[in-house]
Amino acid sequence: MNFEFSEEQLMLREQARGFLSQHCPPTRVRDVFDGEHDYDAPLWTSIAEMGWTATAIPEAYGGLGLGYYELAIIAEELGRAVAPVPFSSSVYLATEALIAFGSESQKQRWLPGLASGETIATLAHAEGAGQTTAKSLTASLSGDSLTGAKKPVADGAAANIAIVTTTAGDGSVTLCLVELDQGTVVRTPIQTLDFSRGHATLEFNNASAEPLGNGTIPWSSFESLLDRAAVLMAWEQLGIADKALEQACDYAQQRYAFGRAIGSFQAIKHKLAGMYVKNALARSNAYHGAWALASDSDTLPLAASTARVASIQASLNAAQENIQTHGGMGFTWEFDCQFYYRRAKLLSLAIGSERHWQDRLVTALEQQEPAAA
Amino acid sequence: MDFKDTPEEATFRSTAAAWLAENQLTAEDKQGLSRLDVAKLWQKRKYDGGWACIGWDEKYGGRGASAIERVIWDQEEGKYDVPSRFFVIGQGMIAPTIMAWSTREYCDQFLPKLASGEEIWCQLFSEPASGSDLAALRTKAEKDGDEWVINGQKIWTSGAHYSDYGMIVTRTDPTVAKHKGLTAFLVDMKAAGVETKPIKQLTGDADFNEVYFTDVRIPDSYRLGEVGQGWQVALTTLMNERLAIGGGGAGADVPLALKIAQTVSINDRPAIEDSAVRSKIANFHVQEAGLKYNGYRALSALSRGDLPGPENSIGKLVGAPKLQDIASFCMDLLEEHGALWGDDLEFMAGAAQRSYMGAPGLRIAGGTDEIMTNIIAERVLGLPQDPRADKGIPFNEVPTGN
Repeated sequence: MNFEFSEEQLMLREQARGFLSQHCPPTRVRDVFDGEHDYDAPLWTSIAEMGWTATAIPEAYGGLGLGYYELAIIAEELGRAVAPVPFSSSVYLATEALIAFGSESQKQRWLPGLASGETIATLAHAEGAGQTTAKSLTASLSGDSLTGAKKPVADGAAANIAIVTTTAGDGSVTLCLVELDQGTVVRTPIQTLDFSRGHATLEFNNASAEPLGNGTIPWSSFESLLDRAAVLMAWEQLGIADKALEQACDYAQQRYAFGRAIGSFQAIKHKLAGMYVKNALARSNAYHGAWALASDSDTLPLAASTARVASIQASLNAAQENIQTHGGMGFTWEFDCQFYYRRAKLLSLAIGSERHWQDRLVTALEQQEPAAA
Repeated sequence: MDFKDTPEEATFRSTAAAWLAENQLTAEDKQGLSRLDVAKLWQKRKYDGGWACIGWDEKYGGRGASAIERVIWDQEEGKYDVPSRFFVIGQGMIAPTIMAWSTREYCDQFLPKLASGEEIWCQLFSEPASGSDLAALRTKAEKDGDEWVINGQKIWTSGAHYSDYGMIVTRTDPTVAKHKGLTAFLVDMKAAGVETKPIKQLTGDADFNEVYFTDVRIPDSYRLGEVGQGWQVALTTLMNERLAIGGGGAGADVPLALKIAQTVSINDRPAIEDSAVRSKIANFHVQEAGLKYNGYRALSALSRGDLPGPENSIGKLVGAPKLQDIASFCMDLLEEHGALWGDDLEFMAGAAQRSYMGAPGLRIAGGTDEIMTNIIAERVLGLPQDPRADKGIPFNEVPTGN
């Protein structure tokens, strides 16, 4: 048993943190917030040059063939930096879908570009307000022709290709791959509360598409894909949570009221300790999630949903209480507190909300119970 | 990172499991014995087999096991119904203090008997006027030749009524600042002038006591550390306390909540199908699993040679309120049945009800929730202390409010 990252992995963390503090300081995030672009394209290029997009892609397809621990470390650092890049969509979701379900020729065709960062991909699943399920899906693939609409699609404005979920009857789903730069795809940018991650509505009017691999897969296989992404998403959320806590602690030491640092008041220090506790539990659950992902454990559904629920709760709490600790200044446009508040909420809504993952967690508990007894 | 056993760990696990299977206590062994006597019998059997206090040096009765091996042993032993709480304070908290602060001679004298369960120890820290503010304690120790004379009162002393020895922190100099005037000693609980009075708790049990000291004489050689160094000695004990009492122990937990939710109904459907019930259980699991893996991470740090740090305060801080919440939730699922009390109830013999009644004590014992939160804020996050009215002034000039 060993519950710590290796020396090499810790070095990677240090390197990633150093790189992002230089290339993705808050001023850079602010530029995207206030600017016209959907993401920070130069940052994306340098991230790709660092090899981060290639981390878990097998070497045969132009990747680095490293493991998910390395990807988890990078995810955490991207979260800390609130990096305005389509990393989670392209890497945790679309790349993983291609690796898991793609045919050999599809992998050869697309993975090298995803590894090098020249291709940006996303998963297009949601179809309007509320949960999208196997039963509710209306987008459909007929032969090589895709119809339907997806809204919202994270990083849909930046992506070159999308993996689209389409109806295949209750209990299964057909994943298809579609190139977005074609006339039959109408792409409309939409604003979300996080201005640094461009979202879009995608309408497919008999768009040319191909099924991913053999096409139809059981819904449970799609859920496994989301489990894998949930672990990585949890690490990214953890980065946000810890950064927000650090910012709140720094401010509580600097800001004086009633003749003393506000961090010396129990009302503030107990709040910050509460943030620390939630973050620490989320981190430990994320460790277990990373292990379950990296070792392809049977416990992945439970480990992933536990990590995801813990990180959702920790990141929302930390982002909210960070603003509260800053008082009025935290509510201004000028302060960076809003970055964590926005990104934490955005990520908590991606790939299923807290309630969805709580439900999946308990389903996993119910399924493991007979084995344990 | 690997949550699985290495080949060496797997071998250790199977050796431990085989010994446990071979040597477990039978119903016959336990026949007619009190819980304490069963505990002593089991401890002695482990000691004779080389499985007591396995992390300790062999010369004190241990086997020099690593931190990971200790966890493996605890996991394997945990599969059997064996009472161990009687020894937690002595073996988990006081023994490391004796090792750090006493003489080799006393280590040789006391540690093997602690390991074998022959002698039980208690921790004499809290007083009526010093709980959370432990360093405000007033029990007096005065030097008289080669002896010290102890006068005063301790309270909330778990197990004092069946303990052979205790570790006591006293005030030896009231004219200096409060943390500087303390000195720690070993004390014979059977000595003349030691009087123990059980305290009946709100649960109806009496696990802890008031202990009165009237002209109790102890040799200077029983002193731990230097005169005036009592606070540092106490901190050694308290650091180990965080590891020893960790996550709050047995009682109402997620498997129990799940079992009840699968058995009872809400609106004529199994309660487990109710979405609010599922959310609650998920949140409890997040805490329970988080604490478990947090413990594993602390262990990895210990294996690297780090000391148990203040971040370990999280175990009790989360564990105790969680126990209270989950117990309350289980009782809610049972509706009016949840109010029933007794050992013959269904669902783990009324574990939810017992946990609910016991939890308030856990949230206070060994550092209240509030003190644990202060420790995290000040020692982990580095936030400033509250301004203190007693800072830097002689103890006998500190305002007491009476």
